[in-house]
Amino acid sequence: MHCQECGKRPATLHFTKIVNGEKTEFHICEACAREKGELIPGTSGGFSIHSLLSGLLDFTPGSHAQGNKAPENLRCEECGLTYSQFSKIGRFGCSSCYKYFNNRLDPLFKRVHGNTVHVGKVPKRVGSHLQIKRKLDDLRKELQYRIHQEEFEEAAALRDQIRELEKNISSE
Amino acid sequence: MANRRFTEQPLSEWMRSGGKESEIVISSRVRIARNLLNRPFPMLATNQQSEDVLNQLESVLADERMQQFGQLSPVLLADLDELDKKVLVEKHLISPNLANESRSGAVFISEDESLSIMVNEEDHLRIQCLYPGLQVQEAWDKATSVDDIFEAHVDYAFDDHRGFLTSCPTNVGTGLRASVMMHLPALVLTQQINRILSAVSQVGLTVRGIYGEGSEATGNLFQISNQITLGQSESEIIENLYSVVMQIIEHEKSARERLLSESRLRMTDRVMRSYGILLYAAIMDSKEAAQRLSDVRLGVDLGLIDALSVQVLNELTVMTQPGFLQKKFQVSMSPGERDMYRAKLIREKLGK
Repeated sequence: MHCQECGKRPATLHFTKIVNGEKTEFHICEACAREKGELIPGTSGGFSIHSLLSGLLDFTPGSHAQGNKAPENLRCEECGLTYSQFSKIGRFGCSSCYKYFNNRLDPLFKRVHGNTVHVGKVPKRVGSHLQIKRKLDDLRKELQYRIHQEEFEEAAALRDQIRELEKNISSE
Repeated sequence: MANRRFTEQPLSEWMRSGGKESEIVISSRVRIARNLLNRPFPMLATNQQSEDVLNQLESVLADERMQQFGQLSPVLLADLDELDKKVLVEKHLISPNLANESRSGAVFISEDESLSIMVNEEDHLRIQCLYPGLQVQEAWDKATSVDDIFEAHVDYAFDDHRGFLTSCPTNVGTGLRASVMMHLPALVLTQQINRILSAVSQVGLTVRGIYGEGSEATGNLFQISNQITLGQSESEIIENLYSVVMQIIEHEKSARERLLSESRLRMTDRVMRSYGILLYAAIMDSKEAAQRLSDVRLGVDLGLIDALSVQVLNELTVMTQPGFLQKKFQVSMSPGERDMYRAKLIREKLGK
């Protein structure tokens, strides 16, 4: 098959474009594809992680059934990025986007990372509250373990430590 | 001018020492992405906002704890011509993304070029550490201590639930991308590579070309990095990568041994032919150069070629890239001319 653009070189790229539900098939050679700036998978021409992501973003399971706000009206009040823009470019406009789009992010993160919740490093100042909460979780786990092992002296010390930390949190 | 040094020397200081497992692992790299609180991400920021971010982040360099990393030279992307930008990308000192979107984009580079701090890339701040050989843990230790210093001065965009908030959803959480560049010719020759690479992708890691996303793996160089940044701690990410890389190293080593014991003559013929072609060819395209250099590197590692240092090969890997070639010969070249200059450069370098 010859390239449908130049009619000379053999067509090496075959792909289907769907725009507004209308399907068009293309059979072109690489040179013409590059010239026309078509997105070619696997080249640096344009097919990027962001275009892949936007494919994932258009798919938000269950959102319609639950009567969520339609994506068209959903926008970040801080930077003005709309959800539909976000789903096209695959990038957030500011950190508040995470808040305004929050309800729709779990399925996306689940697909990209297999997880939805951060468990790594916590910045000392901005995240101090979270650091205490994590420490509390760890202490409570250890407390259970000590009780289970019937090491009551250690358990009592842990209990006091937990109370102290809890007091700090509630006084903040 | 500081810029000139970064763009005229092909080999960064950090590349001169070997590091662990250096016959298979070329380099280890860690980068962390951070953003400032209450400021639009670089994509949406106005010129003024980007400049403010740059000023705020640059002021952190004055913290005396920064001195442990040596002199950090600021390079404004706007001050560089296209060729210099290309060279910095080829040396991995900046990302292709920073080279393209240079609105108040800047990079602070340490003297030995092992630390580069990018500002106004896709995220406000990207801290990158490069080490020779297999040293992901070391690279992470350094990156996180630089991060701590920044965090002492500026408020990061951080969320209890989602972690560090980044421009791209693929970086959210830890913002950490750790990667290891490996030379795996024996796994390619023995056709085990695809099996191994698909296994790698099943444990949350990904394989890319040497210039990152979207680039091709040439010269049997593969960059293995973590895919997941959310829901795994930094130490889990680093350990996971390390242990997978160690396993790939074992496979590569045993494939090399088998090639040597079962087909020593053919291996010798292959690497010597490539060596000969590099020494005498008049035209050399980048793909062939990468492949021949890979053969010769394997030959050196296996002891089939002596009288040649891996350092020269490292240098050539950088120098034969289009940007560096043009920089070196001070002429702009068509791709055809590049192939001629590339061959000339290789002959000169190896002929010594």
